[in-house]
Amino acid sequence: MSPMSPSDWSAVFLTAQLAATSTLVLLLIGTPLAWWLARTRSPLKPLAAAVVTLPLVLPPTVLGFYLLLLMGPHGPVGAATQALGLGRLPFTFGGLVVASVLASLPFVVQPLLQAFEAIPEQTLEAAATLRAGPLDRFFSVVLPLARPGFLTATVLGFAHTVGEFGVVLMIGGNIEGSTRVLSVALYDHVEAADFAAAHRLAAGMVVFAVVVVAVMYAVNRRPRDTDTEAKA
Amino acid sequence: MSQARTERKPLHAQLRAERGAFLLDVSLELPGTGVSALFGPSGCGKTTVLRALAGLYRATGRVALGGVVWQDDARGQWTPTHQRALGYVIQEAALFPHLNVLANLQYGLRRAAAAAQQGALQNGLDEVIELLGIAPLLARRPATLSGGERQRVAIARALSTRPQLLLMDEPLAALDAGRKAELLPYLTRLQRSQDIPIVYVSHSLDEVVQLADHLVLMDAGKVLASGPLAQTLARVDLPLALGDQAGVVLQAVVAESDATWHLLRLDVAGAVLPLWVRDAGQTMGQAVRLRVLARDVSLATAPQPGSSIGNQWPGTLEAVADDGHASSVLVRVRVGADGPVGKTLGVAVLARLTRRSFQHLRLGIGQAVWAQVKTVALLD
Amino acid sequence: MNARLAPTLTARMSPFSLWRSVLAAALLGACNMAVQAGEVSVAVAANFAAPMARIAASFRLSTGHVARLSTGSTGKFYSQIVAGAPFEILLAADDETPRRLLREGHAVAGTASTYAIGQLVLWSAQAGVVDDQGNVLGQGRFKHLAIANPRTSPYGAAALQVLQKRGLLPTLQKRLVTGESVGQAYQFVATGNAELGFVALSQVLKPGQAAAGSMWRVPQALFDEIRQDAVLLKAGASNPAARALLNYLKTPAARAVIDAYGYGDPLAR
Repeated sequence: MSPMSPSDWSAVFLTAQLAATSTLVLLLIGTPLAWWLARTRSPLKPLAAAVVTLPLVLPPTVLGFYLLLLMGPHGPVGAATQALGLGRLPFTFGGLVVASVLASLPFVVQPLLQAFEAIPEQTLEAAATLRAGPLDRFFSVVLPLARPGFLTATVLGFAHTVGEFGVVLMIGGNIEGSTRVLSVALYDHVEAADFAAAHRLAAGMVVFAVVVVAVMYAVNRRPRDTDTEAKA
Repeated sequence: MSQARTERKPLHAQLRAERGAFLLDVSLELPGTGVSALFGPSGCGKTTVLRALAGLYRATGRVALGGVVWQDDARGQWTPTHQRALGYVIQEAALFPHLNVLANLQYGLRRAAAAAQQGALQNGLDEVIELLGIAPLLARRPATLSGGERQRVAIARALSTRPQLLLMDEPLAALDAGRKAELLPYLTRLQRSQDIPIVYVSHSLDEVVQLADHLVLMDAGKVLASGPLAQTLARVDLPLALGDQAGVVLQAVVAESDATWHLLRLDVAGAVLPLWVRDAGQTMGQAVRLRVLARDVSLATAPQPGSSIGNQWPGTLEAVADDGHASSVLVRVRVGADGPVGKTLGVAVLARLTRRSFQHLRLGIGQAVWAQVKTVALLD
Repeated sequence: MNARLAPTLTARMSPFSLWRSVLAAALLGACNMAVQAGEVSVAVAANFAAPMARIAASFRLSTGHVARLSTGSTGKFYSQIVAGAPFEILLAADDETPRRLLREGHAVAGTASTYAIGQLVLWSAQAGVVDDQGNVLGQGRFKHLAIANPRTSPYGAAALQVLQKRGLLPTLQKRLVTGESVGQAYQFVATGNAELGFVALSQVLKPGQAAAGSMWRVPQALFDEIRQDAVLLKAGASNPAARALLNYLKTPAARAVIDAYGYGDPLAR
């Protein structure tokens, strides 16, 4: 098999960068969001939960198309970014990060939400009676107990961003080095009937996906086993 | 005791809350020492009161421990739970599953250390570990402990921060009879050795009479009675609240043993009474609590030498009131006093009679009667 | 069926039976049409979508045949056809793809013909941005220039040729954004995300309306002629409706539409 072109390697690194950045942003945004959803009794909760879940049911191209309009010069987001001196988001790496974060949001918020909901209120109340304030309780009780959820959220967010195609296609502009990610490069090769190159990329992505899921299951299992050992 | 004696800090609480059809309206003055029990049927609001004292539930009103005000809505003051110097134990223990026992104990200790000296607190931890007998459990994880062990750890953990007040919400309710019996001695030791006031919520009168010094009776969001245990139990106007369990609690000391009949004589505090109970191996001079249920006490207008009942006490009929059922009445008799000008005031016992007998014997307030006590239950 | 209806028509003429006979006549007419009319599945290059929609409508009126249109990039259609997609006719954006399909045995020999000459324009959704000499490219006062993917669209390849001929490719390379097809390139420009872009004239022109924005009709000298060929695919070899459509493209009616959308006439060359 002939080696991958520099253009394809650039797509690999770009994709890794995009996935890492997006996952980080997702965890930073998703954690307080999931926490609020887990604990709030506000009447806004069902609406907020629906909005977060929206990317799961919307076709990615629809999401991408509306982002193209919103982030463009005539859209509210575009006007805002321009007013802030940030230029416009389509065709930029930053724009892809925003799009990936929106598209992968439910994949990160859901596992976190479930993990947070599984923590009994009584455990947190106990922590409060032991002089732990709200932030302290979050870091010393919630995070350790929600660790499997964080792992799942991280892996799913990362993997989903790597596989994201529809949204990226709509607003990426296929620019090598900044928006030509693996999924688009693959599509390109198929379009141009360069099936050999397409096979190389696709096979690599399949292997990656299998490895990622296997690692997730393996790591998620271990902590529970050591927990039940009685230390002498 | 290693802890320096702190000044008494009585607990004042005025709390109001509305939850659907349930209305809570209580005003409490609890002593700053010993165990105050909140007793009542399920749904009477006792847990709500406890949670409100802890700040876990926001009722309207005022809560103050000694001079420290934790809540005062009139002045817009609210101290959140994590800034209140209290300890809290619930029936589910709620230990941190991701930490072992020692780490659980150190959790609160570390945080309270910011407000006090680290060294003094560490000593406190050793004492509490010994008190609850959990030294062999320190390296274990909560998931590997039995229910009783978990509760002991939870109590030790609540004490680790040297709280000024310990709140316990039915700590024995989730345990079976065996575990309960195993844990009760630890609680009595706790009650005797720690100088902090304890508010103990329970729907089990058995637990209450064994542990409480002060009794608060609640029903439907209101306080029916609040006072020292013996005094409150001796009231005749609360039969519906106490029902079949109506009866008094007496403090006594083991005075003498009779080897022939395998009996012990007990000296009842504050009374001159001959009280003989079965010898169960108690030591001389040991302090005991005993319970005399109203249904185990009958009355006679004269001593009955021909009766099998050995404990017959002369006394004066003090009060009478309706009992739960139309056929019976509850009577309070003062026994063991040494005369109207004597220094010994005697103690009260309750007797349950049929109204018919009451009429038949022509009983009335102030009359001299003999209380025939068939059964006495030792609580320790 | 006629013979059976006749006695009913003449016998009783109550309102109910009148309704019945009207209904029967309509059904009869429809059956007639169905016997003759066929269906043909057509893959249409993105740039030709609008004119083809009109042509298909008049094709149906005049022949009764229904043309089912799929639009997309020529490159994608090639892959799909090779993989067995049931298209019967391909209206490509180039002449290379139909030739390739013929060579590789996916199309019927002798059926390829040029149906339009592509007109490349540099267009901006805003008036006054693109001058009619295309000097705006040299001035470089824009952030993004949209083109179709040159690998799969002749319009994209032509755009690159124009930039090369003008010596502007090195400077403008970084500002290029590539649409998956000339359709997506148009989208980028229409939404304003790209200030200007190379698209097909037919996407900008709406017959009867003045063109919006500003544009430069790129002279033919600057890029290789875009000959757009139609070809009959193997799947449609025995479908009379398919051949009828290919013929219809050469009729004056169809030519008028193609002309109105700014395409060059292949026969005039």
